Amino acid sequence: MSEPILSIQNLQVNYGGIEAVKGISFDVPEGEIVTLIGANGAGKSSTLRAISGLVKPKSGKILFKGEDITGKNPTEMVSRGITLVPEGRRIFPDLTVKENLRIGAYLRKDDISEDMEWVFNLFPRLREREWQAGGTLSGGEQQMLAVGRALMSRPKVMMMDEPSLGLAPLVVREIFRIIEEVNKKGVTILLIEQNANMALKTAHMGYVLETGRITMSGPGQELLVNEDVKKAYLGT
Amino acid sequence: MGKKLKAKAAPEQRAGTVITIVLLAALYIFLFALDNALPTNSTTVMLIPVLQKGAIYALVCVSMNLLNGFTGLFSLGQAGFMLIGAYSFAIFSIPAAQHPAVYQYFDGGIIQFSIPEAIGGVLGENAGAFLGSILCILIAGVVAGIFAALIGIPVLRLKSDYLAIATLGFAEILRAFFQWDGLGKITNGSNLLRKYTNFHNIKIQVGGMIYQLDSIFPFFIATLSILIIVLLVNSSYGRAFKSIRDDEVAAEAMGINLFKHKMLSFVISSFFAGVGGALLAMFQTTVQAAPFRASMTYEILLMVVIGGIGSISGSCIASFLYIACSEWWLRFLDSGSFMGMSVPFFRDGFRKVVFSVVIMIIVLFFSRGIMGDKELSFAGMMRKRKKKQEAQAAKAATGKEGDAK
Repeated sequence: MSEPILSIQNLQVNYGGIEAVKGISFDVPEGEIVTLIGANGAGKSSTLRAISGLVKPKSGKILFKGEDITGKNPTEMVSRGITLVPEGRRIFPDLTVKENLRIGAYLRKDDISEDMEWVFNLFPRLREREWQAGGTLSGGEQQMLAVGRALMSRPKVMMMDEPSLGLAPLVVREIFRIIEEVNKKGVTILLIEQNANMALKTAHMGYVLETGRITMSGPGQELLVNEDVKKAYLGT
Repeated sequence: MGKKLKAKAAPEQRAGTVITIVLLAALYIFLFALDNALPTNSTTVMLIPVLQKGAIYALVCVSMNLLNGFTGLFSLGQAGFMLIGAYSFAIFSIPAAQHPAVYQYFDGGIIQFSIPEAIGGVLGENAGAFLGSILCILIAGVVAGIFAALIGIPVLRLKSDYLAIATLGFAEILRAFFQWDGLGKITNGSNLLRKYTNFHNIKIQVGGMIYQLDSIFPFFIATLSILIIVLLVNSSYGRAFKSIRDDEVAAEAMGINLFKHKMLSFVISSFFAGVGGALLAMFQTTVQAAPFRASMTYEILLMVVIGGIGSISGSCIASFLYIACSEWWLRFLDSGSFMGMSVPFFRDGFRKVVFSVVIMIIVLFFSRGIMGDKELSFAGMMRKRKKKQEAQAAKAATGKEGDAK
């Protein structure tokens, strides 16, 4: 196995005195889809926020291609190729679809027309709504825009925070199909989900997070049939 | 795809630009005529000052809109930065010979030169007044920008209401600071600064004739400044500002450095507030720190809100309307009579009552302002008209088909 593109070592994150993440370690191999699953408050979002630089970790290390990037700001993270699709989509409602996408490529100085074309081919619906304000899109379209916007930075690792949140089952399936398609283009994906079933089916590797600690790990298909996981997260 | 759409939009865009330029040219010819050939009577005597002040406030409103409307930073420090601009302008353009008279309580002050005079010494008096004023206006903007950068370091880490309170506080501190006797040798303490270059000094000599540029000058500076702000808003920086306004966390996640961009917007906005302050100083012919209080900021904010937060053309329209109403059109309400009849209501202060009612009506029925967040654009209008015509043509065609059946 090659060196992991992202390696988290003993990461601890505090939020105003509350220990949200209590020292977790995991690796994200290059070119794979890795998922963190867990209940509300397990520390999934905090982990992603720490990796994307939005919060500073209390201790521990984040290695990107072997380089220590712990505590760097989001600008440096994005320019290295680590991009976050934030929870709840958070697209820019008053900017047009196209402007939203261009903000995604804000740090890039090179030509972005090719990537714009790629995103529009991935999401033909966005092309139809190119000049529409982001806030007028439906929930599913907004999620597509959020993914497209993240892709515009040409990420090496795309982190997704609950992409299925509040979406209809059909749309969720569509989003996951696109996640796989993006992954095939060589983008490593770190996905956190409450929809454990979908996430584990798609992921190569899964980790189960409980109250700030990793309690289980293994290939997605293995976790999917694990009795404990089934009982706690799949409801079967 | 993007290219195709651009090509489609191009003819209207170009025509829109042409119309804008033609209208601007017509405006400038009108102003030139006004400055040089206007017969003075009771109606026209107010026209020039209202246009001058309207242009100045349009600039200040647009600069406030850049911050409040486009970057989403609710700042109330505008009057403070205008104060800095007004003082910087006045201090550097008081003729050297006038220093003992102006700074009579401070031994003539320490700054013993005047930029318009220095330039005038080389290029002649008229060129000196014109170029000197422009240089002093630039200095005014830069000084305001430097103060903004210093104030921005602590203040821009605050959010929404707290930012408003902090900027308001700093503006009041600035006012007190400029009135302080300890700085009297520069700022003349709480006394007036006067005798510096004003709009009436701006003129050009062509052949043997001297032409006044009283109202063209403030329009020229305001148009240029607003044009720069428009270009900024439509650039990638402007897009980043708008994304910060829409969603700070998402903007940060996209790699936009929040502090850097907020600071940029704050400094540029304050630069143009400083430029506006310098023009206001020229307009008033005297400067004192006292009137640059919070109520001035509120007045500007009111114009921005009436025009529409996030609309540059809205800010311009609103500031001209506001200034014309408050300084001119509603004056008759204070005069005690209406069309020859004596009306007991119409006495001093009634104008302000009516004005407040008008503002309340605007706020109630146009809650998003005159323009909302849309812009007045000729290209957009023509596109709309074309669409309407196409729709009508299509309707007519289907109607005929129906008849045929």
